[in-house]
Amino acid sequence: MSALLEFSGVTKSYGQGDVAFQALRGVDLKVNEGDFVAVMGPSGSGKSTVMNIIGCLDVPTTGSYRFRDVCIEDLSRNERALLRRHFLGFVFQGFNLLARTSAQENVELPLLYRGEPADVRAAAAKRALAQVGLAGWEHHTPAELSGGQQQRVAIARAIVTNPTLLLADEPTGNLDTRRSHEIMELLASLNRNNGITVLMVTHEEDMAAYARRVVHFVDGLVARDEVQEQAAGRLQERDHAVE
Amino acid sequence: MLWSSLLLAVREVRRNILRSFLTVLGIVIGVSAVITMVTLGNGATESVRQQVENLGSNLLMLRQARFRRGPPGSAGASGPPPFKLSDVDAIRERIPGIAAVAPEIEVNSTVVAYAKNWSTEVVGTTADYFLAGSWELAAGRFFNEQEANSGATLCVIGETIRKELYGTTAMPVGESLRVKNFSCEIIGVLKSKGQAPMGDQDDKVVMPLGAVQRRLAGSRRSISDIMISVASAEQIDTVKLQLTALMRERRRLAANEDDDFNVLDTRQIADTLSGTTQVLTGLLGAVASVSLLVGGIGIMNIMLVSVTERTREIGIRLAIGALEREVLLQFLIEAVVLAALGGLLGILIATIASVTLAALMGLPYHFDVGINLISFLFSAGIGVLFGYMPARRAAQLDPIDALRHE
Repeated sequence: MSALLEFSGVTKSYGQGDVAFQALRGVDLKVNEGDFVAVMGPSGSGKSTVMNIIGCLDVPTTGSYRFRDVCIEDLSRNERALLRRHFLGFVFQGFNLLARTSAQENVELPLLYRGEPADVRAAAAKRALAQVGLAGWEHHTPAELSGGQQQRVAIARAIVTNPTLLLADEPTGNLDTRRSHEIMELLASLNRNNGITVLMVTHEEDMAAYARRVVHFVDGLVARDEVQEQAAGRLQERDHAVE
Repeated sequence: MLWSSLLLAVREVRRNILRSFLTVLGIVIGVSAVITMVTLGNGATESVRQQVENLGSNLLMLRQARFRRGPPGSAGASGPPPFKLSDVDAIRERIPGIAAVAPEIEVNSTVVAYAKNWSTEVVGTTADYFLAGSWELAAGRFFNEQEANSGATLCVIGETIRKELYGTTAMPVGESLRVKNFSCEIIGVLKSKGQAPMGDQDDKVVMPLGAVQRRLAGSRRSISDIMISVASAEQIDTVKLQLTALMRERRRLAANEDDDFNVLDTRQIADTLSGTTQVLTGLLGAVASVSLLVGGIGIMNIMLVSVTERTREIGIRLAIGALEREVLLQFLIEAVVLAALGGLLGILIATIASVTLAALMGLPYHFDVGINLISFLFSAGIGVLFGYMPARRAAQLDPIDALRHE
């Protein structure tokens, strides 16, 4: 597996002078294509900052972040937007769907910015919604959907463009245990079946257990980085059980 | 992208239909005010022109100069000499291209019939008067040259007199009308011409010059003005020059003296009067367009509120890869669509208002493509102008902050 993204000596500080706060203090990290990584750590440990930088929403103060051998800090705001448009999918804790807008229109949104024609958009959106198990719910607005369903719409929106990397920021944070496991299984299957690299921030050990690799952050540094062989094994067991 | 932005904008407008309406109300009022003012103003201008042309076609009016030039108290401060009947003959004989010349004496008097009084204007003139003034008859006949010269007590009455004194249906030809202290026979009724800028043209009694001079005018028996009808429009300027030269000669004015009379032509009067209404139209339109500007500020205000309200949405759009200029375009188009819809609504209201008001005020109505187009484009332009700042603010939001915005 080749490296999809690579951090070398990334620091990030907010504010200046005495009130400066260093969120990242020299992070080295490598994520391979096709991996499923959970990022864990207490609040203030820098995991959200890492996600923002990986998501090209922010740039490192020092150090370098390479995405497919492209130095992100060298890109302009617009170039980073284009990179997000073509390679990244976002899933947020708060779902962040457009209110009073149907599920299908929400899912079509990224395609709109790619300039796809209406019929292509509609077909792709329907396919993505079916993939997250929401066939038949296309015309419901977020207010008419449960939390779990809203997060599925958000996932459909993230994968409708076939992204290389799916970034999920506490995707189960607002959901109950049962919905959380459903969402995690969905993410795991997207990783396994569609070859989408998944990077997920979570607080919960249960959810992190779905990942192949868990990276722990403490005080702006990588504290532990472990590969969980059993995660993959457990998923396979589950698949067998379903069969 | 442009098309989908347009659809998005329309959807956004529809989503908050009441708010959208209130937002553009300023534009709606502004546009409808401007268009209504200008349309009615143009109608008024045209109506004035029509009324003046009603006075008679290719008509010249020879009048006494109102003010005697020169130091007060000097010789001749009593005013310029009056016109004489011989002036009328001289004009007729010496200037070619004239269709009719009619002297006028105007006297205000009370006329009585069937115990009803009416205060009106009695005009003493010759038979040419009817030709010069393009008068037509509703009934009866005009008086002829001999009757005019003999000073017979005959009269032709205007429509207003007939209505006021003889009721709405009867044609009082052959009946008698008491004018001050003598009675005269009505031989004709004039067809109505309606209002002119200087008053009701139908409120008059026309009598032979001699009769008015002898029985009504008293000491003021001089001719107050002379109407000259020119045969064709092209000759007006030549006739005017010849008329001026002739009158200067007859009134024995030295080369260094100013004219002590005026020659007016109806075209000139029409131009002067319609010039006034045009200036007024422009003024009213300008005042109304201020409200367009205020309307634009209303749009900017709501667009700023909208950007704040939709910060999260903007964050989502930026996160999934919208470019700065795409967000800018979205909000800009939204403002323009709002303003343009306001403009369209304004045009609709203005059309209804203009048609109704024009009918009520008796003005002609013409749909003015120019002002409607200008108002529409102007309102769309206001959308661009006042939508740009909020749109730029939206586009420059930081996606991380925007996503975190509650």
